[in-house]
Amino acid sequence: MSSARAERLVNLVLCLLSTRQFLPAEKIRATVPGYADAATDEAFFRMFERDKTELRELGVPLETGRNSVFDTTDGYRIARQDYELGEIDLEPDEAAAVALAARLWDTPGLAGAAHGAVLKLRAAGVEVDETRTGPVQPRVRAVEPAFGPLLAAVQAGQVVSFPHRRGGPTGEISRRTVEPWGVVSARGRWYLVGHDRDRADVRSFRLSRIAGPVSTLGPPGAVQVPPGMDLLAVVDRGVALPPVIGTARLWVAAGRAHGLRRMGRVLRPLRLPGDHPDADGDELEIDLRSLDIVARWIAGYGPEVVVLHPPELSTAVRQAWAAAAAAHAGALVAPDHVAATAGDVAR
Amino acid sequence: MTGSGLTERLPRLLTLVPYLLARPGVPLADVAADFGIGERQLRRDLELLWMCGLPGYGPGDLVDLSFAGDTVTVTEDAGLRRPLRLTTAEGTALLVALRTLGDLPGMVDTDAVRRATAKIERAVGDAGAAGVAVEVSRQEQATTTAVREALEAGRALTIRYYTAGRDAVTLRTVDPMRLLLVEGRGYLEAWCRRAGAVRLFRLDRVDEVVVLDEPAAAPPDAEPTDLSAGVFPARPEHGSAVLLLEPWARWVAEYYPVEQVVELPPDPADERNGHDHGPDGRPGRRADGRARVLMRYADPAWLVRLVLGLGGGARILEPPELAAEVARRASEALVRTDGGTRGVGPG
Repeated sequence: MSSARAERLVNLVLCLLSTRQFLPAEKIRATVPGYADAATDEAFFRMFERDKTELRELGVPLETGRNSVFDTTDGYRIARQDYELGEIDLEPDEAAAVALAARLWDTPGLAGAAHGAVLKLRAAGVEVDETRTGPVQPRVRAVEPAFGPLLAAVQAGQVVSFPHRRGGPTGEISRRTVEPWGVVSARGRWYLVGHDRDRADVRSFRLSRIAGPVSTLGPPGAVQVPPGMDLLAVVDRGVALPPVIGTARLWVAAGRAHGLRRMGRVLRPLRLPGDHPDADGDELEIDLRSLDIVARWIAGYGPEVVVLHPPELSTAVRQAWAAAAAAHAGALVAPDHVAATAGDVAR
Repeated sequence: MTGSGLTERLPRLLTLVPYLLARPGVPLADVAADFGIGERQLRRDLELLWMCGLPGYGPGDLVDLSFAGDTVTVTEDAGLRRPLRLTTAEGTALLVALRTLGDLPGMVDTDAVRRATAKIERAVGDAGAAGVAVEVSRQEQATTTAVREALEAGRALTIRYYTAGRDAVTLRTVDPMRLLLVEGRGYLEAWCRRAGAVRLFRLDRVDEVVVLDEPAAAPPDAEPTDLSAGVFPARPEHGSAVLLLEPWARWVAEYYPVEQVVELPPDPADERNGHDHGPDGRPGRRADGRARVLMRYADPAWLVRLVLGLGGGARILEPPELAAEVARRASEALVRTDGGTRGVGPG
């Protein structure tokens, strides 16, 4: 059954590729093997409609038209220059780049499509060796179950709806309806970018926060992506670090706080006053972004760092230490009683 | 999944003829492997094609094949000389992959990538590359270039590497094995002579790299890293801690891998709840409660630094000795900062 249909479709493609004239359906019925099996006109037209849809879904550019004003019905043909992959000739280093690109995707939808593209290139006589893996292996993966359905919806231009978890693994779940514009990988995480119909605004959604099946709403082709849309910029707005608003100066202990040293510039050796045993260190200058973020980076280093400037940063870091000390005070006094019991959590 | 479904089979049938035309006498086994099907399915496909042809369907109009041993040659193509052009999905998968590679200077030959991209864009026509974008970290071009050169020349390397877990910078001599892009970041996979094991080094933490004259000599039994569970899979030797996260520190549970997430009601006594800010300075939401999570860590000092930086946003419930360490370091930091800044700078 499937074989007969595949054979009929191949014959239909060959027939329509070989004609310059638009062929009316009746002519196709009489010519292409397989259609003669249709017992009635109705059965034939049903068959033919399904075949046309199949070919169009495959990307076959099926044209409809009339050869002259005297024709009473539409005819069909496939223009060869629209059907055929254009001439392409890759140098060996370009072919190697294409092979590397085809192996980039570690995600079913895109990997399959890239492989299909390479097969066509190879059928066009371009030698692309997908199997030779060198020591350079860039991969982009998507493990989120929502990835495949969202990519398909983006490519079909179809509105989607999905349950979305706000702010972390146990956050509250709400259903969102989105006109999907694209899927974006930034900093190793996948996002959906689109127009959120509920919020009436542009939004990005982390795929890992989509908490259930993605369903499509309405017909394909309904989504209009605004011209010049920069998908990455939308995601960056949500995840980028805040801009630099000044500089901070710190004392960092000798040979310590390497994480901070790597993000800043050592100005000079500096010894803390007083009689601390580990008072030797350096004066370090770092970029000041949001006070919260920089305070968090600095506070993690504890006694290995002292904020010299600005005072509001010093205050923020001091507050972090005071809060951490308060939250863990019990642990210092009586370590034996800090078991993680439910009662302790609720305290 | 045998490749006999029509939506897989029809494009394959249309690609097979030009593919074989470009490779007279190709072994059947190679064709089957390229198309990802078994030899039996391939033979069925070829038998089907052999029945197809141009209207007239006489000798000379049909696709003709000749078999010699286990090889096949197309002798009549019935007009299927070129593959069908790429579908939108295929064009997108390949072109977005190429653009991603084009953003990886140092790791790949971006000049060849650019030339290949231009040629493929020309050949595929309308099948653009919309709806998918990938952003990769691209700050460490010089390091990446040096690593790639060492890989290509088969040389060992000395690297100055920042280990975030221990907050330490070390000099290591390594035998490079692979250059990887995983989750948007570049990694060097190498045999570390110091550790006597295969290690992944994040390229943005390699502060200096020297290509040595001596050849790379990873032991023959050095196994490439299994990345199927991500870059930081849980290992039995890792410690685990139970953390209580306040609402404004809930992002930790999404940013780092955690297990056993338990949702807890908001703490009514906590005045920070509801008007504080997230890690990126955006306002938190009142409705969120606290969460108890289990977090794995390779190095206890790393966890202490994280919790100290969160300033009371996270409390270590287990193990008690780490909770005590946070309290101790927070108190020490307070003592030092209150006594240490006097007389240093404008303060």
